[in-house]
Amino acid sequence: MEQNMIQLTIDNHVVEVPKGTTILEAGKQIGIEIPTLCHIDLKGTCVKNKPASCRLCVVEVEGRRNLAPACATDCMPDMVVHTNSARVIRARKTIAELILSDHPNDCLTCPKCSDCELQRLVMRFNIRKMPFNGGEQSERKRELTPAITRNMEKCIYCRRCESVCNNVQSVGVLGAVRRGFDTTIAPTFDKMFVDTNCTYCGQCVAVCPVGALTERDYTDQLMDDLTNPDKVVIAQPAPAVRFALGEEFGMEPGTSVTGKLASSLRSLGFDYVFDTDFGADLTIMEEGAEILHRLKKFLAGDKDVKIPIMTSCCPAWVNFYEHEYPDLLGHPSSAKSPAQMFGAITKTYCAEKMGIPREKIVVVSIMPCLAKKYECARPEFKVDGNPDVDYSISTRELARLIKRANIRFTQLPDSDFDSPLGESTGAAAIFGITGGVMEAALRTVYEVYTGQTLPHIEFEQVRGFEGIREATIDLNGFPLKVCVAHTLSNARKIMDKLRAGELDYHVVEIMACPGGCIGGAGQPYHHGNFEILNARRNALYAEDEGKKLRKSHENPDIQKLYKEFLGEPMSEKAHHLLHTHYSDKSIK
Amino acid sequence: MKLACNVVEQVEAICDKHGNKPGELINILHEAQSMHGYLPEEMQRIIARKLGIPASKVYGVVTFYSFFTMTPKGKHPISVCLGTACYVRGSEKLLDEIKRVLNIEVGQTTPDGKFSLDCLRCVGACGLAPVVTIGEQVYGRLEPKDVKKILDEIPD
Amino acid sequence: MKTLNFEDLTQVRKKAQATLSVRELSYAAADESSCGLAVGTEHIQLLCCGGTGCKASQSQKIVENLKACIEANGIADKVQVIVTGCFGFCEKGPIVKVMPDNTFYTQVKPEDAEEIVKEHVIGGRKVERLLYVDPKTEKTVSDSKHMDFYRKQMRIALRNCGFIDPENIEEYIARDGYAALANALQGQTPEEVIDIIKKSGLRGRGGAGFPTGMKWGFARNYQAENKYVVCNADEGDPGAFMDRSIMEGDPHSVIEAMAICGFCIGASQGLIYIRAEYPLAVHRLKIAIEQARNYGMLGKNVMGSDFSFDIEIRYGAGAFVCGEETALIHSMEGKRGEPTLKPPFPAESGYNGYPTNVNNVETLANVPIILTKGADWFASIGTEKSKGTKVFALAGKINNVGLIEVPMGTTLREIIYDIGGGVKNGKKFKAVQTGGPSGGCLTEKHLDLPIDYESLGAAGSMMGSGGMIVMDEDDCMVSVAKFYLEFTVGESCGKCTPCRIGNKRMLEILTRITEGKGTMEDLDMLKTLATTIKDTALCGLGQTSPNPVLSTLDNFYDEYVEHVKQHKCRSHQCKALLTFTINPEKCKGCGACKKNCPSEAIIGDVRKPHIINPYQCIRCGMCKSRCRFDAIQVF
Repeated sequence: MEQNMIQLTIDNHVVEVPKGTTILEAGKQIGIEIPTLCHIDLKGTCVKNKPASCRLCVVEVEGRRNLAPACATDCMPDMVVHTNSARVIRARKTIAELILSDHPNDCLTCPKCSDCELQRLVMRFNIRKMPFNGGEQSERKRELTPAITRNMEKCIYCRRCESVCNNVQSVGVLGAVRRGFDTTIAPTFDKMFVDTNCTYCGQCVAVCPVGALTERDYTDQLMDDLTNPDKVVIAQPAPAVRFALGEEFGMEPGTSVTGKLASSLRSLGFDYVFDTDFGADLTIMEEGAEILHRLKKFLAGDKDVKIPIMTSCCPAWVNFYEHEYPDLLGHPSSAKSPAQMFGAITKTYCAEKMGIPREKIVVVSIMPCLAKKYECARPEFKVDGNPDVDYSISTRELARLIKRANIRFTQLPDSDFDSPLGESTGAAAIFGITGGVMEAALRTVYEVYTGQTLPHIEFEQVRGFEGIREATIDLNGFPLKVCVAHTLSNARKIMDKLRAGELDYHVVEIMACPGGCIGGAGQPYHHGNFEILNARRNALYAEDEGKKLRKSHENPDIQKLYKEFLGEPMSEKAHHLLHTHYSDKSIK
Repeated sequence: MKLACNVVEQVEAICDKHGNKPGELINILHEAQSMHGYLPEEMQRIIARKLGIPASKVYGVVTFYSFFTMTPKGKHPISVCLGTACYVRGSEKLLDEIKRVLNIEVGQTTPDGKFSLDCLRCVGACGLAPVVTIGEQVYGRLEPKDVKKILDEIPD
Repeated sequence: MKTLNFEDLTQVRKKAQATLSVRELSYAAADESSCGLAVGTEHIQLLCCGGTGCKASQSQKIVENLKACIEANGIADKVQVIVTGCFGFCEKGPIVKVMPDNTFYTQVKPEDAEEIVKEHVIGGRKVERLLYVDPKTEKTVSDSKHMDFYRKQMRIALRNCGFIDPENIEEYIARDGYAALANALQGQTPEEVIDIIKKSGLRGRGGAGFPTGMKWGFARNYQAENKYVVCNADEGDPGAFMDRSIMEGDPHSVIEAMAICGFCIGASQGLIYIRAEYPLAVHRLKIAIEQARNYGMLGKNVMGSDFSFDIEIRYGAGAFVCGEETALIHSMEGKRGEPTLKPPFPAESGYNGYPTNVNNVETLANVPIILTKGADWFASIGTEKSKGTKVFALAGKINNVGLIEVPMGTTLREIIYDIGGGVKNGKKFKAVQTGGPSGGCLTEKHLDLPIDYESLGAAGSMMGSGGMIVMDEDDCMVSVAKFYLEFTVGESCGKCTPCRIGNKRMLEILTRITEGKGTMEDLDMLKTLATTIKDTALCGLGQTSPNPVLSTLDNFYDEYVEHVKQHKCRSHQCKALLTFTINPEKCKGCGACKKNCPSEAIIGDVRKPHIINPYQCIRCGMCKSRCRFDAIQVF
């Protein structure tokens, strides 16, 4: 046996694992699924929570006085483990019953019904009675923000949200407060999210095993608008949605459902089915122009120009720097996010073209994201109180709507998006992943800057799931230094360096969610399975490869838009409609 | 309510004295509380900023430890010992009587700010059980009937 | 001043021993003839207890009065007043001891100071009324050696408590203080020292009883740039005050032991984690650390050697769970005191991720004397697996409340009846609770159990840190279990499910039972919950929290059944189950009960028997306490 390998016995199976493997992981290798609840380990990203506190994964280790938590107990040589002895099963059942005794019994109407990890365990443990119910319930707080619904009576105190908010996002809004039975997870000073520096990244929602943290649901409002004859309802689904939506209908992770997505939206009764991908191409035009503009000034020796320029399409990231880095607001690009650009163009250019007054148009974005819901409510994205994007629903909400409308999604035919805002390039498709915006921008910036056609269209250097990746791109002899980061804790590292004057990149891309939008908080729940993110990534790059056009500036509809309406990138009109400003939102 | 400038300075000085190290949080909170009497939200924000940690962490610590308080204590803080020795000698009845006389619950302060009521575990005067402390003064071998008299005798 | 080297230390010791000889002598041969200046005694020392308990009874004022009186009589050159740590006999405090005749005055009041000085110190006549009266013989006992309370005790950890001035390092040095450290630094290897500790059989006094030498060995074996020695002084058991008394009475023994531990494991930094509720202990420790630094016992190059070691104090903030070592470490790091899974043990990854050795106060206090007197000496005391002595805080319904230290293997009967003087007010013994919230209630049948780690564990209790609470027939065991569970629920950190929700549910069931609303199924549920929590909770606090319930279920099951089936509490403790009535034969109609009833439940005319309206009665017992004719009956 190799030196760092260990042999042990689990449920009478002999298994050999590397040193440092937990009993939980060792069990998985031989097909033993030990139940867990608080544990999550999204391998390949930094999403990890291992407090060993729910105690549902306890197993019997021969020679030990107490039961041991499999998720956090390392395998030892010659260990003999029983994961399903009577003692273990009894203990697990009692613990699950205890959790139920401090959890409301409203599963039927819970938004997490049938997608709830606790519910699944209760079914698995064959629990038919709740002997400990009837006692005191822990403190309940409810909150409805534009993006997140918080219903703490359902909290089972697994603390995944706390781990994510602190360790992954470094936002530090959620934390454990009080102790004992009164312990709960709460935003700073027991305030509401809206009164804290919450970025609405929603990653707390993405990892919540139960219905304590969920998205704010806009499906009823959307139903009303769709059935209202006075409204023209326009859909714009984000790039990342099409690589995940199929999961909600039992399709294999990594199935691209672009055509079915367009058909389903049409079946739902949307008047126009456009595509946020169009907005993404438009973003590259504006942001790319801004990059070039700043670079030129920089190279000309302008000391005041803000380099690096940073992407600004991720709304949680925007919230993050407005809260935490008000001194550095000049760095992010002033370009709006693709969805907002799309909204602004729809309610001006499109409205004019179609002859529909702005007030009658309802623009609905379908997003992998929860922060987009908050973005829609920002006052700077409104004209006389009328928002450019009326509201945003998540991938999950769309799936629910489709089911509610009796549409058999898997059997839908493929169809195309409507014109004029339906055409897009491969560059837009890859917006859905960390590094994608950078790659899309580079494809355009390179060609515009050098005047040459890219020899190799893929920028492999900026792909991957490492937290921070950097690359140097040769622009006709000028070494363009770029950096890509995902998760806000990595963003913080970069911003702290920038603040300290230790950053020498020219362009930086930041996405708040692990993996970028494919791992967004509005996507179908991954339940800790990293393979799902991987599959979505593969589908996304395949879509890009399959596209005829793969550079934003080659999109004919975009070219037409500039010709007919905007003039050129960063023109006065473009500036007015497609750019925004940021303000200091730090909590004093 | 805004903290006075000099209080802000004092809190910052306490943090500086401890090198603004997050590991010193509990020592800092002790000193800040003994200086100001309690730990209001703004003070916790100042400490969080100085130590470079989220305010939620400070709040999480403050609410974890029973010694820390976010509400001002009364002028004469009353603590009833609920250690086992005092318990078996009837301290619970004393507590009930104090609650009745002052008409407040544990953790509360009387409306006039004169008394606040808390419980503690063992002051180590088990020979005097049951024991109540009011401010620095320890009262031992008490019975419920003594409570009113003692409280009445304490000046405003 | 200049710090001491090994040679200087010996000189200081010799000098200090001369001062202490007045006291040392008296231990050897207390002589009636040496009482007072009148018979020609040259030096007299008055030892006055300055522990928290006695201070609460104005011992400070006694000291002031004694000093003033000595001054006024012009005998300050011959008579000294020394504030010491706890004598242990808290029931009879405040205590003043006169040396060299070893006269033990009890329950002294500030106004007694003058009499002690004039009569005893000057006149040579003992103040009879302040002497201890033996309850058995009803005769006064002057010398503490002859008191039952002290006769069966063996003071090792408490060797200096109540004997030396804890604020004077030289008095500690006189008692062979810092000799063990000097020896170790002068020629022993860390392995040799660890070996002595291992051989002595010393086990952790904080609760679990892990062998101390082994613990040190583990911490020594891990390589790291930093290592830490932590003294766990977060004594949180309700009714336990052993560690506090040691820190108040003999802080240097803890400091010396920490330095020795630092030498052994290769640490140069010590941390004392102490409850903020112990201001006096903190004060004394601070003084002691400062003095130790000044004398060169701490700091860079201890006693001129190449070993450096210093100590910082960290404060707890009122969380019992911080007595658990991983929680304690997180608390010292400025975090919520939540335990984490072991392994990794602190010896591998502790404070700030560095190897850390955590020992409790009493454990440490044993270390220096083991090293000066030898492993064999220590191992000769106690039982086969539990060596040495154990300090207990004896409290509850017992005559002699106080701090005691007995060899392991002493029986509960000896402790309760001989040392403790039996149950208070002649009531019947019912149970003794050891180990605090983690321990259990032992009964009559356990009285002859020789106590050590194993025997207590086998009997369903635990050594714990040494709280020992005696209960009599008036204590309801269901209520006692509920009391401990209330404590645990209040102190649970809330991290793991079984402790957070399980203990809460157990408490709810117990509350139901004490209110007469329990069912027999409740008793089964209690057992299920208790077993599960014991088996699955994350830390020691959670795993032991069901012990008070389990042990009372085992030993007093009939009392539980009585509450459930007959709605009866035989000890009249469960208020909801009581009925107050007035015996018309005895009632004189004085109206005292009626006047004092807070809920106006009593009616009746003057000089005629009164009646209690059961619907309005809140069962507070006020009427019973006010009735002078014993007319109030409780069922």
